[in-house]
Amino acid sequence: MSGGANVPVAEQAGLPRTGEHGALSCGKALSFSKEARAELDRLLTRYPTKQAALLPTLWLAQKEWGWISREAVDAVASLLGLAPAFVWGVVTFYTMYNRAPVGKHLIQVCTSISCHLNGAEEVFHECKKRLGGLKTGETSKDGKYTVIEVECLAQCDKAPAVMVNDDDYAVITKDNLDAFLKGLG
Amino acid sequence: MSGLDTIPPVLLARLGKPDSRAIDGYVADGGYASWKNVLAGAKSGEWTPAKLTDMVKASGLRGRGGAGFPCGLKWTFVPTKEKRGEKPVYLLCNADESEPGTFKDRLLIEQDPHQILEGMMLASFALDVKHAYIYIRGEMVHGAEYLNAAIAEAHAKGFLGTDILGSGVDLTITVHRGAGAYICGEETALIESLEGKRGHPRIKPPFPAVSGVWGCPTVVNNVETLCCVKHIVDRGADWFKGVGRNEKNTGPKLYAVSGHVEKPGVYEAPIGIPWEQLLAMAGGVRGGRKLKAVIPGGSSAPMLTAAEIAGIPMDFDGIAAAKSMFGSAAIIVMDETTDIPKAVTNIAKFYAHESCGQCTPCREGTPWLLKMLRRIVNGEGKKTDLDLLLQISNQMGNGMTICVFADAAIAPVISGITKFRGEFEAYIEKSTKPGFETAASSDITAAIADRTAAGMHS
Ligand SMILES: Cc1cc2nc3c(=O)[nH]c(=O)nc-3n(C[C@H](O)[C@H](O)[C@H](O)COP(=O)(O)O)c2cc1C
Ligand code: SF4
Ligand code: FES
Repeated sequence: MSGGANVPVAEQAGLPRTGEHGALSCGKALSFSKEARAELDRLLTRYPTKQAALLPTLWLAQKEWGWISREAVDAVASLLGLAPAFVWGVVTFYTMYNRAPVGKHLIQVCTSISCHLNGAEEVFHECKKRLGGLKTGETSKDGKYTVIEVECLAQCDKAPAVMVNDDDYAVITKDNLDAFLKGLG
Repeated sequence: MSGLDTIPPVLLARLGKPDSRAIDGYVADGGYASWKNVLAGAKSGEWTPAKLTDMVKASGLRGRGGAGFPCGLKWTFVPTKEKRGEKPVYLLCNADESEPGTFKDRLLIEQDPHQILEGMMLASFALDVKHAYIYIRGEMVHGAEYLNAAIAEAHAKGFLGTDILGSGVDLTITVHRGAGAYICGEETALIESLEGKRGHPRIKPPFPAVSGVWGCPTVVNNVETLCCVKHIVDRGADWFKGVGRNEKNTGPKLYAVSGHVEKPGVYEAPIGIPWEQLLAMAGGVRGGRKLKAVIPGGSSAPMLTAAEIAGIPMDFDGIAAAKSMFGSAAIIVMDETTDIPKAVTNIAKFYAHESCGQCTPCREGTPWLLKMLRRIVNGEGKKTDLDLLLQISNQMGNGMTICVFADAAIAPVISGITKFRGEFEAYIEKSTKPGFETAASSDITAAIADRTAAGMHS
């Protein structure tokens, strides 16, 4: 067989294959580090049910492996005694669990109303352009940048607002965009 | 003296102090005095949960999270010990702030976390809560760190834990991070999310006060509401009642002003100040331009024209009388250069992205509205589109859905079209492909495909 028709979408996009419950696979079995296990034990004391630790455990998984792969879902599911399909359903509900590897700098540009009134769409568009014509959600070839749109970051007074990984950036405009991107390194 | 006279900041009093987050500074400024006082009084019987609840009731405090429900009254819905038996009561601090235009809670979290903790401690005493949670939106990574650090400090000083300062009172506070979903600000969705599920709002009743998180009585309160509780205990119910426009709109209030103003930011003033006073605090309309419209309570509030907002008292009842919503007092200002159809389309994008998907009218309706609005602003609108938009909106709202998200989603569409119909018509008149269904939805489909292929969002 030849041609792209039967090649999974993920692979066409240069990503790992999807596995059970639709999650992408990272291709190796995963288990939590000792530190993460200790953190999890601490977490579990804070809730009356094991399941309540799901969101924090997924945060731990993302910290360990950078994104939530099929194997990460399986690891979390078995730790908490939940079905992998259920865990995957929770992962997909929230926007902050990365379901594919992301760049070193995950650039999130707010395009909600207060930022929109201050030219956010242009910043978003320019940002993708200046990073070599990236599409939304695509990672640059050097693995450095991923750019996505995000809804209101609760810093509407500093519009257009941008978040890179865990940090907030205020008033990113077309004019200071180059300096901003340079500053990220 | 009237309740609307300017007062020194209360909620923001500690803003900008060096290291305003540290417990030493907080205590030096009189922080935790009320908590110590209540704990000491608990032993002697001078302070009881009922007394604290009555105080909050008497203050007239209405919830600052959006709905404006009287706080003390909500607390009384929690069943008594006899009725609830062994079940614990939970307090959840709603720090999920994510409605476009809203950023007041972030300031409190980042600048003065101990103020929130003390509010939670006092509320927990009133409600007999032994474990309280702060549900903070996932994006506020540093906010969560500050709260965790503050909790650790409070523990070290003995203000949290078991048998706190020998009073026999126990209290633990846990920070729980969301992961990016606006709907988790809705109280029952927040509860589901805390339980480790998708944030799907629950059908009410039962109300959380009776059956909330883990099936136990639960009170959900906004960050600012809990801060107000602290100041009510500090200064008394009469003081709180003396601030504000009338007995139904009491206390100091944080206004988050953004959009086309000279000085966007959070402003504190007695609740119910006239619109003009608030606008002046924010430096007026940017560039000396004319005001076109205002969204007075976060993106889900119907927009008001410049004429409609003139002279309006900025509080729950003042804005309701103008047929809009005070909500969380997120004021979005739009000057004369604003393209209203584009602004409405932008807000519709938010709701199409954030619907939890449980109810058909909301799940199907929000993207439909967006698709049609995009078609209009892309110059491919049809004459019949505006009435169809209003018709769809009417079919989505008015109690057709599990939660009020759908009503929120249609408010900007209905108010935008009714108040600025000419601007939408102008787009349609310039339309390049009038009369027929077009492929204009391709941009949203492409955007969705983009994200799915990258494995992100959906
Ligand atoms: C879609 C939706 C989103 C909401 N988001 C928030 C929020 O981010 N923060 C908040 O405090 N309340 C939010 N609310 C209101 C809460 O459901 C609830 O009324 C509030 O937290 C109660 O606290 P209060 O009585 O102190 O205002 C939201 C409501 C809805 C319907
Ligand atoms: S109205 Fe919308 S957000 Fe609310 S429960 Fe229904 S689908 Fe979910
Ligand atoms: S609208 Fe962009 S941060 Fe709120």
